[in-house]
This record gives sequence, C-alpha cells and structure tokens, in this order.
Amino acid sequence: MSATTYIGAAIKRKEDYRFLTGAGNYTDDVAMPHQTYACFVRSPHAHAKIRAINKDKALKAPGVVAVFTGDDLAAAKVNGLPCGWLITDVNGQPMKEPPHPCLAQGKARYVGDHVAIVIAESVQQARDAAELVKVDYQELPAVVRAGDARKKGAPVVHDQAPDNTCYVWGLGDKAAVDKAFAGAAHLTTLEFINNRLVPNAIEPRAANASYSRADDSYTLYVANQNPHVERLLMTAFVLGLPEHKVRVVAPDVGGGFGSKIYLYAEDVVCTWASKQINRPVKWTAERSESFTSDAHGRDHVTKAELAMDKDGKFLAMRVTTTANMGAYLSTFASCIPTILYATLLAGQYTTPVIYCEVTAVFTNTAPVDAYRGAGRPEATYVVERLVETAAREMKLNPAEIRRRNFIKTFPYQTPVALLYDTGNYEATLGEALKVADVAGFPARKAEAAKRGKLRGLGFACYIEACGIAPSNVAGALGARAGLFEAGEVRVHPTGKVTVFTGSHAHGQGHETTFAQVVADRLGIPIEDVDIVHGDTSKILFGMGTYGSRSIAVGGTAIVKALDKVVAKGKKIAAHLMEAAEADIEFRDGAFVVKGTDKKKAFAEVSLAAYVPHNYPLDKLEPGLNENAFYDPANFTFPAGSHICEVEVDPDTGNVRIVNFTAIDDFGKIINPMIVEGQVHGGLTQGIGQALTEGCHYDAESGQLVTGSYLDYCLPRADDVPAFKVGTKETPCTHNPLGVKGCGEAGAIGAPAAVMNALTDALGTPDIEMPATPQRIWRACRDMKRAA
Amino acid sequence: MTVKVSMTVNGKPASGEVEERTLLVSFIRDHLRLTGTHVGCDTAQCGACTIHLNGRAVKSCNMLAMQAEGADIVTIEGIAKADGTLHPMQEAFRQHHGLQCGFCTPGMVMSAIDLVKNFPNPTEDQIREQLDGNLCRCTGYHNIVKAIKAASQTMRA
Repeated sequence: MSATTYIGAAIKRKEDYRFLTGAGNYTDDVAMPHQTYACFVRSPHAHAKIRAINKDKALKAPGVVAVFTGDDLAAAKVNGLPCGWLITDVNGQPMKEPPHPCLAQGKARYVGDHVAIVIAESVQQARDAAELVKVDYQELPAVVRAGDARKKGAPVVHDQAPDNTCYVWGLGDKAAVDKAFAGAAHLTTLEFINNRLVPNAIEPRAANASYSRADDSYTLYVANQNPHVERLLMTAFVLGLPEHKVRVVAPDVGGGFGSKIYLYAEDVVCTWASKQINRPVKWTAERSESFTSDAHGRDHVTKAELAMDKDGKFLAMRVTTTANMGAYLSTFASCIPTILYATLLAGQYTTPVIYCEVTAVFTNTAPVDAYRGAGRPEATYVVERLVETAAREMKLNPAEIRRRNFIKTFPYQTPVALLYDTGNYEATLGEALKVADVAGFPARKAEAAKRGKLRGLGFACYIEACGIAPSNVAGALGARAGLFEAGEVRVHPTGKVTVFTGSHAHGQGHETTFAQVVADRLGIPIEDVDIVHGDTSKILFGMGTYGSRSIAVGGTAIVKALDKVVAKGKKIAAHLMEAAEADIEFRDGAFVVKGTDKKKAFAEVSLAAYVPHNYPLDKLEPGLNENAFYDPANFTFPAGSHICEVEVDPDTGNVRIVNFTAIDDFGKIINPMIVEGQVHGGLTQGIGQALTEGCHYDAESGQLVTGSYLDYCLPRADDVPAFKVGTKETPCTHNPLGVKGCGEAGAIGAPAAVMNALTDALGTPDIEMPATPQRIWRACRDMKRAA
Repeated sequence: MTVKVSMTVNGKPASGEVEERTLLVSFIRDHLRLTGTHVGCDTAQCGACTIHLNGRAVKSCNMLAMQAEGADIVTIEGIAKADGTLHPMQEAFRQHHGLQCGFCTPGMVMSAIDLVKNFPNPTEDQIREQLDGNLCRCTGYHNIVKAIKAASQTMRA
C-alpha cells in the first residue's frame, strides 16, 4: 500500500497481537515488589448512621497490615471527591454540592458506600479481615427512585439539600414554547422512564498505588480513561500532593464506556495508604463491587410534549425531566442531564422553540454519571419516541414526518444553544430506507402474522454532539476543566516516529487509527509509527477519552504537531538543497524543490536534524520534535438513521431483532473497520438498554436487586442480530481531518429505534424499558383483553 | 493450610504451594504469572477466565487449583506457535476485528477453539448459541461471530 493512502483504509490493528496472545498489561496484571492487597468494607445498608467502627479484630487477623476509616482520612485532612461541573439553577444559585468523603464519615448513603479499607499480605486475607471490621450502623429510611426523592416526607440524603434537590435547571424560551403550544393543531405527549444502567466494562476497576521515600513520589496504575485528569483532581483537590510527584499510568484498560472517567474514592485511598504503610497497595473490584460502586448511567423520569401544525410541522417542544444523581455527585454527574442532554433536543429538526427543565435529585443509590452517550441517548429517546408517536397519531409515514422537519441548510443555530456546522440527514435516512428494505416491510409483516407473530418497524434519526468544546464556552457554562487535547510528534534520527497523545484508548484502537493519520501525513510506512498514551510521565497534559472526542480533538492535536514537523522539515530541506524555503513542498514522504526532481526523503531530513553537520545552526535549532495543544472551535455533530425491525411472539413475550440497519455520518472516516466495530458495540449496548438491561433498587430497603450477571442481563451473542451498517461522509467543517467521532452513536440511536419498532409491533403507545419478555407478554395479554 | 499442586501448563510442568481455597485462575495468574487469563465477574458468567483443561474449555474462576491436580492445561499464552505465529482462531479474530479492548478476548478465543472442535462447520445461530458463556461489552459480537465462522474454515483446511 502506498504510504499516503492509509486514511480510509481498513488497516488491521497494531494492538491486536498482544491482546490475542495474553500479553496485554491491565492494571490487575501489574505486580509490585512487596505488594499488599486491599479490600474495602462497604455499607450493606442504603442509608445508615455510622455510630462506631471497631477495627481491633481485623487488625489482629492473619496477614493484616493496616485498616483505615473515614476518621483516619479526616485526621490526615484528606478532602472529599470534587465535581467537575458547576450547574447554576433557574434562580441563579449554584447547585448543592454536599461533601463526598473518600471513606464514609458519619453516614453511609448507598449500598456499597466505602466505609473502611483493609490492607493485607494477600487478597484473601484482606477479604477475611474486612469481615471482622465491626461497624455499628443505625439504619435509616432510604429513598432510591428519582420520582420519589422530592415527595413530602422523603428521607433526606444530605442535610445540605433538605428537599433532596441538587438543582432545578432550565434551557430555552419557556414563554415562547407555551405560546406555540396554545396555538398548535396537534399535541403528542409521552411520559417515560429512561432506565438506569450499569456500564459493565468487562475489566473491573482496579488501582495499584506505590510510594517511594527515595524521592517522595507516587505511582498509581489505574483502570482509567484520562490519567492527567485523575492526577490533577487527586493531587490538587483531594490529597494536596505536588502534582509533579505523582505519576498516573492507565495501561491497557478493558473497556470504559464512561465508567472509568472519574476519580473514584478507591484510587485516592490506595494512593494515600501506600505512603502510610510504605508499600504498594493493590485493589481490584469484584464484579459485585462494580455493580454497587461504579458510577451508573441514565435514570431519568421524563414528560415530553411536541406541538405540531396540521401538516405535522413541529412548532415547539416541552420537556420536563427528573434526573437521579445518586447519593453523591460523581466527577461529571451534573453536566450530563443538562449540558449534554437538553442541548440535543432539537435533534435533526427545525423545531423553532424548545424548553427543557431538569431537576437533579439525590437518592440513596450509587452515583450516576456519564455512560456511553451520556445525556444524548436520553435526548434522542425523547425526540425520536415523540416524533414516531406523532407520526402514528397523525397517520403520517414516519420517514415523511421527519423529512418535513429536517434541517436542510447549514450552519444551523438550534433554539437550545448548539450551532450545527454541517449535516445531510436526508442522505442517511434515504440510504437506511433502502438497506432496511422498508418497502418490503408490509409483506414481511403479513407473512409473520400468518405464523402468529407480530412484526414492527421503528426509526431513530439521532444527532450527537462530540468533542465538547471550546474550553472558554464550556467554562462559562460551568465546566471546571479545559477541553483541549495534546499531541507530541517525536521524530527519531532514522525517520521513525513515536507519537504521544493525551487521548486514551480502552478498546477504540487509537494505536492504529492515529498511526494511520501520522503515516498518511508524513508519507511513511505505518510500521514506522508508534502511538503512546496513558502515562503522565511520558505524555503532555491531556484530557483523555470520553464523549467520542479522540479523533476529532486528539487526532487534530497530532495533525497540528505534524504540521509543525513538516514546516521545520521544509526549512532543513531548503538548506540541504540550497533552495528557498518557499519553493519546498512536502509530498509522498519527501521534501521536493517545486518544478525540479531535487528532493530529500523524510528520513534524510530527520537525520540532518539530529546530525546537524550541514545545518543552519545559526537560524534553526537541531532536532525534530514538535507538540501541539488543540482546543476545538465547536462540537462536531455526527448524525444518522437507525431502522429496527422486530418480531414478537405474543404467546411468550419473546422479541427477536430480525433486522437492524444503521447508516451514520461520522464525517471523514480514517479506518472503516474500526468505525464499524464501534457502531456494532454501541448498538448492542443500546439494544441492551431497550430490551435486557435494567438496574433496580428495591424501593423499601434500598438494596440493589440487580447486583450480578445473574440478575442484570448484559446482552449475549444470541440476544443481538448481525447488523447492517454503512456510512455517509459529510466532513466536519472546523477540523483539518473533517472527522466527527463514532464511539457513542450506536448507543444513542438504538434504544429509540428498538422501542419504536416494538410499540409498532404491539400497537401500544408505550412500553417500559427494558422491554423484557415478561413486560411484552403482559402488554400482549392486556391488548387481547381490551380487544 | 497449604497444599502442593502440580499440573502441566502450556506443555511445561508447573507446581506450587497454595492455600486450599486458591482458585485455579488465581494459581494461573498470581503464582504462574500467566496474566493473559482474566477475571471479569468471579461468578462463572463472563467467561474471561476460560482455559482448556484436558482439552475442554472450562472457566478457571469456577474451580479450585487443587481440582486441576495432574491436569493438562492450556492458557491463551500457549495457543500461538512457538515462533509467535498466531493460531488460526487468533488470526481470524485479528482479520475480522473480533476484539476491541482485549479483556474478554483470551476467554473468547479459548471458548471459540473449543466451539469449532465441537461444531466443525458451525452456522451463525450455532455460534451465537455456543458463545452463551462469554460476555463481550465492546464488539456487539458481530465480528466475533464472523471470526469464528472464518476460523472454522481455516482450521479444517
């Protein structure tokens, strides 16, 4: 393959060999000399006063090295975990931010809340001793459901928020929306729950922290998506350590999906404890700990209304949502149901006025934060369930009602703050209609009916906003962090290249995709490029990977650094060939004097940079090593059309997805194989939300009922179909690669598409997610009775 | 109390002094330092810990090291050829992008090899059914199914 055609090619992944041969290096694989092992004592109660903790017995147990509680952390002046986004409420008041101690102080507020750490010579000894820590709990009544949190007399989670309200926040022109509703020809209203999910990366969270007295420094290996953010939050806000004395390494990470963005208490406590005992402390979550203590996702209660004229043209939308924050504010919890939710409610449509009000509440449940899609699946569910329902009520074809309302001219300013730079929604919908053979659906439905089965078809035309930016705008909206990315291109004397990126890969294949960009731009073989990420001691301060930002923001930072490399290379080449710098162009891996056959290969120039014998030392530094920080001008806006076809067996409630088509516009595509893989995975998580996954806390006891893979149904291979996926390319207008991001699209579009198909099959206005066979069977029975 | 356990792992004798309650997966990971075998759920649900025991795919988190006394064990580290050439199943996963984060992959490959042994020419439905014991959160299984189908052909050749 020519070195300049890597972009757009389905290159096999560089990272695969190590993963396929068991040579990956995940946090739990790291073993330190003199390693100790930690087990956390967790609250068995949803809400309890901690009257006393007796650790005497545990301390005497075999192999135990230390036991620490919240009192120890308080005495050491260890702060609580910070929240990274300040939301200002409808009255201009800051959100409520109750302290989030790393080990519970005074009260435990959810099942799984961390109460103490036991450190021992082996994992088993730590677990045995953890059972000997005697915690004197006084149980208190608990509230777990978002809809119950603000009811009169509800148990109070934090004294600082007596009505359990973190904030009431609004976006849009309420008066204009109310006016538009008053004059509408047709109203569609839906009320639903967006079900709570547990992210469930298959690698459980893990941390291995060590301290060196030799130079008063710490090293933390941690399963994390953004090691610099982890380090900054931990050093500057929680432990008060000098940032440069802490190295955070996020090595191979086995899936994240949002759940490994955050600074977790376990990371902090292990790091702090490693100095106290002067030995490395390793903790790896058991799956049951993942269920109880990883940040969860979604959990909204929503009323949504759409106003239309007589032709189905959207006039206004009104959305009221209560969002469950859980017991404490996780790192980015507050911005998910606001900044990343309400802003997406225009979808692909020209709805002129929209108002959304969000009430965020505290409950006695695990914290809720970003999970694949993070606010955008919830928004898409609102918009696309409303639109499909409106089409049915108005007897309009679901594709037709969408076409009547599509945004067709760009840039487009939505009434909910976003400026879409580009898009072509007709292109993805038109292609999806063809690939899904929508025209043949009536015949398939009739054939299924002969077999006693119910077929349904559902659409979802989603919009996504990726690569949240720019930093100053986000800052004005409450972000307490920057949103740029960093990249460094280190050219070696022989012309081989190592690239350091602030993005982090935990399945996305950056080592391949980013190498394609570099090899393509420099015109060198991809084998000559390595990508390094995930270690604060190696890379520039970077913001990590979340929100489908890596190629659009991290990739662009690398391109900016590559531009600097080429610019400097031109100066060197001009000198070597005794030509004017303006006459040098870089193409196909060589610096060429325009209009001549004189050229210098990339490796010749790099060698000259490091062996500067014939070199303009008076004007130019030796070496070829450049870095760049890139802060995007805007979000990118991937969009697409998903069409789902289901078949229901009304006698058993079983539902089978017989066809799922996803046609997406991710802008320019670097590696179609990797992009398709991202879509497949996202779709499966979206189908999981729609059909199988539901996190359930018992309303009385506050116990987590779905705390294992026996109770929480992660989709298995026979729960999902083979997917039909395709792409249309409308390049992003404000980054040099024209890329938009693809990581979350599947999880954003799929739930609405599946539920639209299912309600079409059943002929019911709504059914609650996850639509398990039991729920479907009940719906079928009720319909039969009604008939 | 500790006991001595001895077995063959990837063709070589392996033994160690372990607590009786030591799980086979802990023996493999912590004592032998073969960390390619992963623990994803501790409850025999996810299959990340799948190994071959006397030629059969088993979940190594679900048995004690003692129970493998004298057994012939193959882990993911023992699948490729000595010169590093990938096993046809590993190669098929690479060719068809059947892995993303890589965490479920070792167990998935070990199960898949056993699957093809039992179903030399599997249909897509058979593959999906037989993968019931292995969870993947990244790939949506689409490319794993394709990889196994392709490997079933190359493994017969």
